[in-house]
Amino acid sequence: MSVSSNPVTVNIGPQHPSTHGVFRLKVEFDGEEILDLEPVFGYLHRGTEKLAEERNYSQVITLTDRLDYTASMTNNQAYVLTCEKLGQIDVPERGLYLRVIAAELQRVAAHLMATGFLLQDMGAMGTPLMYCFRERERILELFEMLCGARITNSYMRIGGVFYDAPESFWPALRQFLAEMPEYIDEYESLMTGNEILLGRTKGVSSLSIEDIVNASISGPMLRAAGLSWDVRKSDPYDIYSSLDFEVPVGTQGDVYDRYWVRLQEMRQSLSLVEQCVSRIPQGPVRAEVPLIFRPPEGDAYVPIEAPKGELGFYIVSDGGISPYRCKIRAPSFINLTLLKEMLIGRKMADLVVILGSIDINMGEVDR
Amino acid sequence: MSPSVLENNALYQSIYSAINWVMPDFLDSIVGYAAAFAMVMLVANLVLVITPLFIWFERRILGRFQQRLGPNRWGPFGLLQPIADAIKLIIKEDIVPRGADRLVFNAAPVILFMPVMLMVAVIPFGTQFYLVDLNVAVLYIIAVGTLETIGIFMAGWASGNRYALMGAVRSVAMLVSYEVPLVMSLAAVLLWAGSMSLVEIVDKQPVPLILLQPLGFFVFIAATIAEMNRAPFDLIEAESEIVAGYHTEYSGMKFGVFQLAEFASVVVGAGFITAIFLKGAAGWSFLPSPAWFSLKWLAVIFCIIWIRATLPRVRVDQVMAFAWKFLLPLSAINLILVAVEMVIWPSPNGAQLWMIGLINFAVAAVAIAVLATALGHRNFAPRSPQIPTSTVVGEKVV
Amino acid sequence: MYGIGIAKGLLVTLRNLFRTPSTVQYPEERVEQHSRFRGQEFSWYEERCTGCASCAKYCPLGIIEIVTDPSQQAIQDGDKYAIEKFDIDIGRCMYCGLCVEACPYDALFMGSGFERARYTRDELFIPMEELKNATKRPSTWFRPQLEGKGYDPQSGQPLGWKDVGRHEAPDYEAMQRRWADR
Repeated sequence: MSVSSNPVTVNIGPQHPSTHGVFRLKVEFDGEEILDLEPVFGYLHRGTEKLAEERNYSQVITLTDRLDYTASMTNNQAYVLTCEKLGQIDVPERGLYLRVIAAELQRVAAHLMATGFLLQDMGAMGTPLMYCFRERERILELFEMLCGARITNSYMRIGGVFYDAPESFWPALRQFLAEMPEYIDEYESLMTGNEILLGRTKGVSSLSIEDIVNASISGPMLRAAGLSWDVRKSDPYDIYSSLDFEVPVGTQGDVYDRYWVRLQEMRQSLSLVEQCVSRIPQGPVRAEVPLIFRPPEGDAYVPIEAPKGELGFYIVSDGGISPYRCKIRAPSFINLTLLKEMLIGRKMADLVVILGSIDINMGEVDR
Repeated sequence: MSPSVLENNALYQSIYSAINWVMPDFLDSIVGYAAAFAMVMLVANLVLVITPLFIWFERRILGRFQQRLGPNRWGPFGLLQPIADAIKLIIKEDIVPRGADRLVFNAAPVILFMPVMLMVAVIPFGTQFYLVDLNVAVLYIIAVGTLETIGIFMAGWASGNRYALMGAVRSVAMLVSYEVPLVMSLAAVLLWAGSMSLVEIVDKQPVPLILLQPLGFFVFIAATIAEMNRAPFDLIEAESEIVAGYHTEYSGMKFGVFQLAEFASVVVGAGFITAIFLKGAAGWSFLPSPAWFSLKWLAVIFCIIWIRATLPRVRVDQVMAFAWKFLLPLSAINLILVAVEMVIWPSPNGAQLWMIGLINFAVAAVAIAVLATALGHRNFAPRSPQIPTSTVVGEKVV
Repeated sequence: MYGIGIAKGLLVTLRNLFRTPSTVQYPEERVEQHSRFRGQEFSWYEERCTGCASCAKYCPLGIIEIVTDPSQQAIQDGDKYAIEKFDIDIGRCMYCGLCVEACPYDALFMGSGFERARYTRDELFIPMEELKNATKRPSTWFRPQLEGKGYDPQSGQPLGWKDVGRHEAPDYEAMQRRWADR
């Protein structure tokens, strides 16, 4: 007896528990197996690039908060770095240190969120997610001390940061730095050795370095495949060239390696923050930049290493008060390039895990 | 006049005498049936009361596992939360999707709930506290328990939703796979007890059977968790994959009935584990026997919640592999082992019990380790990539 | 040996079972906000405001509406325009605080509350009357003079317009000497 089966098309998203926002995949299933898929973007398109042309340079900072809302600090950083390059502004050193502290804390927070949701997609009933959010909450409290907001920070300004950290920030930060490695150990003992997790993640969506580089994928996905490429090392911005840190790399480029790379990057980020705290000089935090900032005519692109990959703003100035053009290189969007290669032939359950390991953020994908 | 199957039932006798004392003489002919009905009502409602309590307990404990508090607003310690949930579900709009098969769609919750309630009949809650001592109780459980899948499949099929259909298909696949190791591990218990009656199985255990058949217990609890659709085998309603599985389209109290049936099946399943492997209601005499049953039952429930709080879900092919490649050989080993031991020591005394226990624990450890190594060699070996000391840096950008 | 990873995970969750929960029971307990917290109700000091509309110009969303009147009376009183309208539509506000940063006279402050949720969008509109009459507990965000004093809007007293300036406001006599008696 032979059984014939017809492929079934299923719309995964735009409202689905684990597409991390309003991402839609039209997937053709044969039973549980994925035959074909077509991603549909744009449900969260807010026209950030166009809006930036309508606003003056300082106002655009608030727009960048809302790109990747799990990592506002790094978005701010990428934008103000580009503006500073346009206007050739020298930032006071204390401002640079504060920026790096904020950005690295943000990297820890974003990776905690990515790891928590990866495990949530794997069906771990929210326990790792709650643990990750417990620590993320503390980082957000630190951000609230720095700049009065937890998610949409708008902390950085062209020429530095908006204001110096309050006195109570430093003891809280030191306490956090002392306690956080223990919590990372806890995640490791909860998850890393778990046989179910290993079975679910190992060998799933392995990609070769060639494929990844050809698709211009960056961030933890690239490093998981084994290429040690980090903008903080290859093209240092702010004060990264004077700081000492390692770039963890994986071997296979599968989901497990991405998860592992993120955990290790959290440790490296904590050590970076520690170095900054011990070295931070006194002084002003913000260069004298007028509120209505008019850079000379020209263009600039500065890439930074955001938690999700290489984030860059390409800004063209016509000498006016607002950008003539503001192009955003969003890592989440470009990291989705190899979706078909990763997903076709896999199971339904792998789909959500792979999406979780890419760590997309629809605010950034659709912009 | 009494139903004959209840004649030796102590619970029935006490209810009968109470009703007989109250009832006027001319109604003597129906006292037996009134007593039987009262007994059924009592036990059925007991389960219906325990299930919301279990939902509350699970949510509180799960909350504490996750460093939160869980529901604590309604009533003392949030005990009235399930009632609040039920009221909310009842007053919600009942939506039947356009593409649904209305009759099947509406019938599915009832059909899912019925077998759970039927299974309650044979659980011995206390030494003298059970509805009926069926002589084919184990067979009855397996037969009736299988019906649940029909309800799930009806719900998934009738919804006209592809997520629901996927959940239903997964449900049937899992039932077919996990029924086999479940029954084989029960066969070893039946060999030991020489009876299918749950009351007799409890009586025939010199020590809790978990100490004598650890392998059987492992297989049974794993298969039961899979049959109950609990994490880590909750593929049927894997909310991160197929939204809510078979009850995606259900709303209002129909959804509530699904939830109730699901949690009631955990209550009942934990009751069977308690009766079969933990010596049921037996215990020292300073507590009444239902209290012992409840304590053991709570311990089983706690372990199930604990597992749910910790483990990620397994993939669908891994679920099948776990049943066929891992649990089935283990249950076969267990069955053969128990059979051989029953031949060597037909009626074991104290020292021989020790011997049996030790041998079985050793075999269980060796069998699990060997099988897991053979199967997990490819997938489960931990790998920790190293942080390179010398960093390779890509080409400079800009 | 397989299964050890699962056992370790089970131990971790068991250890967390006995920890105190990390959540707070919101209406009864509150997470303490830092004094820099950018809250919902703006604190606006009419006495300090000159109606220059820097805040309105600098707001990325244009949600502050200001109408001023250069009436004869007002100019005689000092150098101030009469402010006829100062409305903030916080239904569209994103609490970036750029308006506060732009204000040169320390007249506008971020609020410190977070409970101004309403059922309709219309109620999210703060008209000038409400801003005038509100109890003002300004956030110390971008206001070093408040932070230097160690002011905590969550527990401290409401501040009047004389307490929030970057420098002591001159008294009437000094103003007279400086401007009128010349």
